[in-house]
Amino acid sequence: MTAIANRYEFVLLFDVTNGNPNGDPDAGNLPRLDPETNQGLVTDVCLKRKIRNYVALEKEDEPGHGIYMQEKSVLNQQHQKAYEALEIKPEAKKLPKDQAKARELTAWMCGNFFDVRTFGAVMTTEVNAGQVRGPVQLAFATSIDPVVPMEVSITRMAVTNEKDLEKERTMGRKHIVPYGLYRVHGYVSAKLAERTGFSDDDLELLWRSLTNMFEHDRSAARGEIAARKLIVFKHDNPMGNAPAHRLFDSVQITRVEGEQETPARSYQNYVIAIDREAIPAGVSVEERL
Amino acid sequence: MSYGIRLHIWGERACFTRPELKTERFSYDVITPSAARGILEAIHWKPAIRWCVDRIHVLKPIRFESIRRNEVAGKLPASTVSKGIKSGRTDEVCYYVDQNRQQRAATVLRDVGYVIEAHFEFTARADDSDTAGKHLDIFNRRARQGQCFHHPCLGTREFPANFELIEADVQMPIVDNDLSGERDLGFMLHDIDFANGKAPRFYRARMIDGVIEVPPFAEALA
Repeated sequence: MTAIANRYEFVLLFDVTNGNPNGDPDAGNLPRLDPETNQGLVTDVCLKRKIRNYVALEKEDEPGHGIYMQEKSVLNQQHQKAYEALEIKPEAKKLPKDQAKARELTAWMCGNFFDVRTFGAVMTTEVNAGQVRGPVQLAFATSIDPVVPMEVSITRMAVTNEKDLEKERTMGRKHIVPYGLYRVHGYVSAKLAERTGFSDDDLELLWRSLTNMFEHDRSAARGEIAARKLIVFKHDNPMGNAPAHRLFDSVQITRVEGEQETPARSYQNYVIAIDREAIPAGVSVEERL
Repeated sequence: MSYGIRLHIWGERACFTRPELKTERFSYDVITPSAARGILEAIHWKPAIRWCVDRIHVLKPIRFESIRRNEVAGKLPASTVSKGIKSGRTDEVCYYVDQNRQQRAATVLRDVGYVIEAHFEFTARADDSDTAGKHLDIFNRRARQGQCFHHPCLGTREFPANFELIEADVQMPIVDNDLSGERDLGFMLHDIDFANGKAPRFYRARMIDGVIEVPPFAEALA
C-alpha cells in the first residue's frame, strides 16, 4: 500500500441533543466543561475510541484492519492462546536489542493494525523504532457556545440488594447537555503517513469513520449525537501549502441572525460559512458531509 | 553559530510535563527548551543540524486547568508482536483497555503564546552541501507558508501548536503586563542528553519581563 501524498486538515462538527458526549471522571461523570468559558469539551481520546470502534465494526476481522486497543474483552481465552504459542526464549520477553528486528516488529504492527497505522502506538522496546507516531492527530473538541449541563433524576422500580427490599425503588442521576454543537480540528501528516504506510484507502476509511462513528455508538448516556459536517482541507504539497490555523479560521460558525440571545437547541440555530476567498492557492476544500 | 530564527507559537492548551510529576501529569509554568526544539524539528530538521534554543518569550499569563482522562496502564511487549508474526495471526496482539484502565489527571496550561528564538548548529553528520543558508531558507520558507513535516504540538499531541514566522524586520508580539518583573521558575528541564544514555539536563529558569534566557546545552546541569 502506498502512503498518502498530501497533507490534510479537517474540521468536524457534531452535535448532541439531550445526552452526555463525554463524561468527566473528575466531576462525577458530568459532561466535560472548560472551567473558564463553560464551553463543552470532548477529549481527543474519546473520539479516537469511536473511530477505532467504527473501524472494528466495518472491517470485522479483515486482514490489515486489526484494532490493537480493544474495548471488549474475552478474559482467559487470550491468556491461554499466549501459553500455547509460547516458544519464545525468556530473554525475548525483554526488548529486542538489534534495530533491524525492532523495525520488523514495528512494520508488522503498522501493516496489521489500523489504529497503529493511524494514531501510532508505544511498544516496549528500547530502540526508537518501537514507537510509532501516527499521521493523524486530533485536538480537543469544544462546543461553539457555552453549554449548561442538566442533572436529571430518574427512578428504577427495582432494587439491587435484598436488604433494600422495603425501599422498593432506587434513584439515579443522568447528566445531559440539552444541546451542544461541537467543533474538532484534526491534522493528517503525509510525511508521518509515509513511515506507517497510511494509505489513501485508510484515509477514506478515516473520513467514513468520522462521519459514521456516532451512528454506531448509541447508548442511554449519549442521547442523540450526530456528525453534522466534515470539512476537509487538502494541500497539494505534502508539507502543506498554508498554515493550519488560517484554514481553520476560514470556517466560521455563527448563530442565526436575531437568535443570539436565546439558547441554541438545534443545528438549525447555527449558520456555517466557509470563507473560500480566504483559502490560499494550493489548498482545496471538500465537504464530506 | 549561524543566523537565528524567531517563531511565534500559540495554542489553547499545553502540557510540558514535569518529570517529577508525570503519572498525574503536571505542566511546567512555561515551555521547556526541549519542547521548543521539538516544535522547530517538526517544521524542519535534518541529521546535519541541531537546533539550539536561545531565548523564550512568554506572551500570556500563566494559568492552569485540570483534565482527568481514562488512560491505558501499560505498553505492548515486543515479544507479543514477534509471537504474532510467528503464528501469522493478529488476534492475540491486542490490548484490552477496560482491563488496564488508569484514570489520570493532567494539570495543563491554558491559552499559551510564546516566541522561540533559536539558531542551529551543524553536527558531525553535516557535509559540504549543508550550508547555513540552505537550512535557514528551508526553515523560513516552511514556517512562512505554514508547512511542516508533522503538525507541531505543545507538549503532547492533543494540544496542537499554531505557528507563524516572525520576519527579521517585524516587531515582537506584546508581552502581557502580568509577566513584568522578575520571576524565578525554579529548575526546569533543559533537554535530554541523547548522546549520554538519555540523561536529563536541567537549568535554572529565570523570567525577566516575560523573557527567559536559555543557557547553551553544554552549561546545563546534569
